[in-house]
Amino acid sequence: MTSAERYVTAAYLVVLGVLLAYLVIYAFKLSRLEREVGELAELARRRREG
Amino acid sequence: MSTSLPNNRTAALAAAAFVLLLGGVALAFYWVPNAPLEGFRQRIFYIHVPVALTAYACFGWAAWKALRLLSTRDQRYDLESYTAVHMGVIFGILTLVTGSIWARTSWGVWWSWGERQLVLFLVLFLFYSAYFMLRYSVEPGPRRASMSAVYALFGVVLIPVSFLAIRLAEGLIHPVVFDRDIGSNLAGSQLLTFVVCLAGTLALAASLYGNELTGKRIDERLRELREALE
Repeated sequence: MTSAERYVTAAYLVVLGVLLAYLVIYAFKLSRLEREVGELAELARRRREG
Repeated sequence: MSTSLPNNRTAALAAAAFVLLLGGVALAFYWVPNAPLEGFRQRIFYIHVPVALTAYACFGWAAWKALRLLSTRDQRYDLESYTAVHMGVIFGILTLVTGSIWARTSWGVWWSWGERQLVLFLVLFLFYSAYFMLRYSVEPGPRRASMSAVYALFGVVLIPVSFLAIRLAEGLIHPVVFDRDIGSNLAGSQLLTFVVCLAGTLALAASLYGNELTGKRIDERLRELREALE
């Protein structure tokens, strides 16, 4: 692999890497939202039961 | 819960982005001939320039939503403007990193402070990065929304300055491709590949924007729900 090929590949991989990192962060956010929905559903159930 | 980009449209945009970007990368690597002066390394152009233009588009979209907020006082535009700035910063990071790699392979340096195009893009990026500091230093509410909107609108002035800097400056090493002589600067195959990659990055940004906006809205509604229940 030539130097130019290495740099070009690196540029495309950086874009892919940032997108994957974003995906991981978003997955954490979704799991937090899911947990919060669960907590609120539990809170609503307890309130309903008095 | 209403969103300006319904989830099915966001999914369609994500699928379009996947197909277009995969096709664009395949065209860039296997179809486009080597550029006469730049050679193989010119292929960074097909990711760097679309990503940069997408960053400009995101900041422009944020400013448009900010303008809508200031003119209508409808608070939903605040979250839309904020999400667009968020996307713009992500694409700004990609622009700076891919540009730096291209600079290293073309000019032998990772960064050149003498290049107005680079420095102005960095200024634009830092300006919008500071948006988050401003936003989170003020309590949520109409005041924060107005301040954020005014800030997002100010930043948009930097976009044409950044875009035109390369054409106004003298003695540059940063290449100019999009001018009146575009036909001789880019061959048909190069232009087509560029357009496919640009369409792919714009579709990607739009789908990320839709997802992020939905997530932020759910977050906001959950906070309201928690306050009502506790």
